[in-house]
Amino acid sequence: MAQLDLRELNNTEFPIPDEMQGNVAITSLSKLYNWTRRSSMWPLLFGLACCAIEMIATAASRYDLSRFGMEVMRASPRQSDLMIVSGTVTKKMVVPIVRLYNQMPEPKYVLAMGACASGGGPFKEGYNVVSGIDMYVPVDVYVPGCPPTPQALLYGLIALQKKIDGQSLANMDDVPWYGVGPSEPTPVPILGPDIIDPRQMDLIRRQAELAAKGLPYGVRELPPLKPVSTPVLSKVTPKAAAPAAAAEADDPAKAERQRKRDEALARKRAGEGAAAVAEAAPAAPASGEKKKFDKAAMLEQIRQRKASKG
Amino acid sequence: MYGKGIAKGLWVTFKHFFATYVDDVRYAGRKYMRQENFGVRQGLNTQGAFTVQYPDEKIAVPERFRFVPFLVTEDQDASRMGEDWCTSCGICAKVCPPQCIWIVRGTNPETGRPVPQPEAFFIDIDICMNCGFCAEFCPFDAIKMDHDYEMASYDRTRHHIHDKQKLSKPSSYWKSIAPTTALEEAAARGGWEHSDIIKSMKKAGQTPVPPTKENMTFEPAKLVEVAQPVAVAAVEAPAAEAPAPKRAAAPAAPAAPAAAGEKKKFDKAAMLEKIRQRKSEK
Amino acid sequence: MTDKATMLEQVDVQGAVALLKQQFPDAVKDDSRQGYSGVIVNKDSLVEVATYMRDQLGFDYLSSATPVDYHGIEDSMEMVYHAYRTTGGSALVFKAQTDRNAAEIPSLVEVWPGADFQEREAWDLYGIKFPGHPNLKRILLWEGFHGHPMRKDWHEAYYEEDHKPFESRWPEGWVRRAEEMNVYGKNVNYPADLDLSKLSDVSEETLYNDLGLGTSVQHLGSDDQLKTDRLVVNMGPHHPSTHGVFRMIVTLDGETIESLEPVMGYLHRNHEKIGERNTFLHNMPFTDRLDYISSMSNNLGYALAVEQLLAKGARYSPPTYRAEVIRVLMVELTRIVNHYWAIGFLLNDLGAFFTPALYAIAEREKILDFFEATAGSRMMCNYMRFGGVFKDLPERIRSVAVKVNDMVRDYNTMDYLTELINERIPRSIDELDTFLTDSEIIKSRTIGVGYLPPDMAIAYSAAGPLLRASGVPYDVRRAEPYSIYPELDFDVAVRYNGDIYDRYIIRLDEMRESVRILKQLLPRLEKTHGQEIFAGNKQHTPRVPVGESYGRVENPKGELGYYVVSAGDEKGPQNPWRYHVRAPSYINLTALGPMCVGHKVADVVAILGSIDIVLGETDR
Ligand code: SF4
Ligand code: SF4
Repeated sequence: MAQLDLRELNNTEFPIPDEMQGNVAITSLSKLYNWTRRSSMWPLLFGLACCAIEMIATAASRYDLSRFGMEVMRASPRQSDLMIVSGTVTKKMVVPIVRLYNQMPEPKYVLAMGACASGGGPFKEGYNVVSGIDMYVPVDVYVPGCPPTPQALLYGLIALQKKIDGQSLANMDDVPWYGVGPSEPTPVPILGPDIIDPRQMDLIRRQAELAAKGLPYGVRELPPLKPVSTPVLSKVTPKAAAPAAAAEADDPAKAERQRKRDEALARKRAGEGAAAVAEAAPAAPASGEKKKFDKAAMLEQIRQRKASKG
Repeated sequence: MYGKGIAKGLWVTFKHFFATYVDDVRYAGRKYMRQENFGVRQGLNTQGAFTVQYPDEKIAVPERFRFVPFLVTEDQDASRMGEDWCTSCGICAKVCPPQCIWIVRGTNPETGRPVPQPEAFFIDIDICMNCGFCAEFCPFDAIKMDHDYEMASYDRTRHHIHDKQKLSKPSSYWKSIAPTTALEEAAARGGWEHSDIIKSMKKAGQTPVPPTKENMTFEPAKLVEVAQPVAVAAVEAPAAEAPAPKRAAAPAAPAAPAAAGEKKKFDKAAMLEKIRQRKSEK
Repeated sequence: MTDKATMLEQVDVQGAVALLKQQFPDAVKDDSRQGYSGVIVNKDSLVEVATYMRDQLGFDYLSSATPVDYHGIEDSMEMVYHAYRTTGGSALVFKAQTDRNAAEIPSLVEVWPGADFQEREAWDLYGIKFPGHPNLKRILLWEGFHGHPMRKDWHEAYYEEDHKPFESRWPEGWVRRAEEMNVYGKNVNYPADLDLSKLSDVSEETLYNDLGLGTSVQHLGSDDQLKTDRLVVNMGPHHPSTHGVFRMIVTLDGETIESLEPVMGYLHRNHEKIGERNTFLHNMPFTDRLDYISSMSNNLGYALAVEQLLAKGARYSPPTYRAEVIRVLMVELTRIVNHYWAIGFLLNDLGAFFTPALYAIAEREKILDFFEATAGSRMMCNYMRFGGVFKDLPERIRSVAVKVNDMVRDYNTMDYLTELINERIPRSIDELDTFLTDSEIIKSRTIGVGYLPPDMAIAYSAAGPLLRASGVPYDVRRAEPYSIYPELDFDVAVRYNGDIYDRYIIRLDEMRESVRILKQLLPRLEKTHGQEIFAGNKQHTPRVPVGESYGRVENPKGELGYYVVSAGDEKGPQNPWRYHVRAPSYINLTALGPMCVGHKVADVVAILGSIDIVLGETDR
């Protein structure tokens, strides 16, 4: 059984061994697996700035993180599952943070607490401030606020648990750590004249060449902003989304990840659309229902993969 | 005697340990059941553990609490239904310390002259420091600090710049979350209406109804409750899975299962549509 | 001490200035710029003049030393020093000017060792060299950073304009994230002469360079001596007991500390650079984020500094009496909040893992509830305004249920305060006292550890409980009173042993004194009920008359000072030209190294805990 490929297990054509017939279903395995993980999320004991004080207040007796199995704040990254980035990430500090992140064993999660960790916060314009920890490590949940109150943080932690609940052992995108070989560490930034992200080395080199030739460097040409035709109803999200797209263009790995995420999202949405049509009642679909559709999508996915392999 | 100090310390921990049980006995098991007991438990006389069992019970935030701002829209006056109170004067953008407010002043498409309506309004909540200056210095009481702190999301690029649609909330919402403050502000304005309306009423020789506790309305006027996926967030799969059961959507809601998570919101889009129709009729 | 010296030590600041000019007629002249005070000292005789000030005139305490870049007004930079007497009284302000392009000012570390970190900061951020400084390295940024960012002509990656509000926000404010404008999509900017071949991290090497890393066995004494290795241990920035992202490089001989070098800047958020771009009021919520445990008193210090400047103008009315009472109420509650926290976490550092801290945090929540109902936020109060406070106390501490499962509380504010001050806080202080003070473990860990003698405490510009636990009764509330402190009856807490234990005890003492003050405030609150809190108008962008001011308050962690310069516009600018924070946590750390030497490595965290630092303020 050690060789069992979990992806295969979810395939309806998979020959289930006799002694296991009727005993194991992958969904309940996922459920159990997720339940165990979400109920013992040990955060890394690690505070950065003002938000850390609210994080401590959350862990203290009034809000009591132990109700969620999270009270065991570990000082060592080796023992923790969750990194709560609680506060302003400075360029000087991002180096140790990335190292800590790399040292955490998988499965690992990152929660960006507060405006600073999410996107730079009030100090965003400063020369030593990183505009969001997600520039360097992937973030699972963002909790806005400056600082988020303990209740807001708890809400974020519950959202993280929900996210874990939605993961499936059958989907390798959800559980990449069961893939082959160790996962790639995040490259540690370098403190040069300014912070250097090794993933951007090519870009930096190109810019430096421009600078050496005396050409303008370091600027980005932007298309002029045009008001949208129906102004009052405008919802100018394309502009808001632009930086993300731009940033991803610089980084193929990220773009790839984003593509995958988008696809997954589309799948999920398709499933939910079906749910909405099928459901006559207005009430939110029960969680069981959702599971079913997820599973359908998953099976579809497996079949697709097989097809592509074959 | 050596060890006496430690024993004294342990006695304190021992007392703390037992205080909770004493409390349990005192409330006869209803410590977590009754609303009145919550106030006592969170008050100054509490001795033992006073844990807030979030999400099963949440501390309601005080009136002055500030989280991210929202824009007040009209929902009492039928002729201006859905319009912003904001006149796009730009003061909030000016006083905002981290400069996270972007406002596009509205212009009349025919004359090109500015109109007192914002065309677009953005707040980047990844920069906002919840300082409350925008609300404090807005001369029209058009931007207020929201009390909704449950805003965690899985994706910031799409959800964390709030546009006008996401920011707008009806004025009755503000009255419902901060009745005392809303009353004070209305008293300063001289009526429950927008200060421009009050001014024009006075010019026309009418006197606005003086605001009192009694004539304060919490419910949006003449609104068909349509649950709608207000923000992009509601459509996005993960954000919709609100962990805590929230107020159920109105029974009339046909599709849009995700919107069940949203609090009562009035259908702004439909309303604006109506307004535009009315305008074009003219 | 000669009679003459004693006499000289009693002349007031004007007299001292006159004496200085008499003594050094060529080197000292009045600072005659509009709105400025003090003297300008020729930089070549700076050390001499400073020594005279310290030894003859009795200005033994250097509070703040900070540079100002007058690029665009004059082509010079200057260092501004504020020296005080520990017996009380106002500041002797002196300045030394230097050319911007070859900035160099003699170091004053010899005279006041407390200038150490402040001069390093000036080198780091302004590029002023200090000949004579023993260890002039970057302190907040890393070695190898390009440029000196606080200079007025240095622009960061996300630079938009010199002053807020920015043009692009209104009326054509189509939103644009700053990342969009940058090629790299993040907050970086490389100099034109970026050498790609040298892109390695030099910042770490420089930290360890002179420490003799890897030195073999040091002491090969006789057999009865333990053979020990010399060892360099790095603690932090991610360490559970560094109170945030603080880092220490400790050189050990066996387990005994030979030297300790603090490394900071892991939370350097460019407070001052942003502060000079902000308008005066914009800075108010930013001050919350300095010492984020005691935001109310940060607010007060800044409000005082700007009010000093505003008072030079015609249209300023000082805060009303009620506003002052409320201010002091908030500040003293903050002191209690802070000391709860400090004691709780000092015990954490001593190994009493979390129990005392949890009790302390639980008590703190009660006060935070009051802050939240009054100011709107638990931590980031943003409550003071120039000439008053944000709003009067609410009638009731009440909440409204808006969410499912929301539970409502409703208390009368005055009842709540009365009970809090008269019952709850004294009870919990007593409880902490019983809990901890006599504990033999605590005593044996703390008594005699981290000793700081009084003269050293003064020399290192230590402030707050750290200074007073060493037997120096120096408290800004008495030394240079502000607000309504003169009419309040309280004692300055002093302890004389200068060790960790006394620094713990003095915090209890101070909390008790705060309670005493708070009790006197209650009747004043009753009496002024319903009175105005603003005498004048609340303005959002006042024009501030030109000049300089130094507002300082006794923060829970020590003397917090704001040096604010308003310049560059005749009519009175809307943005400060210089905004500097004299952060007690930062300067108190100067004494950390000397205090730790000779103790065991396990004591480092306890000594650090007893200083009670907050990184938001240390690194700014
Ligand atoms: S989000 Fe606000 S509270 Fe949190 S670290 Fe940043 S500035 Fe501090
Ligand atoms: S709360 Fe403060 S930071 Fe946030 S939008 Fe308003 S003024 Fe700006």
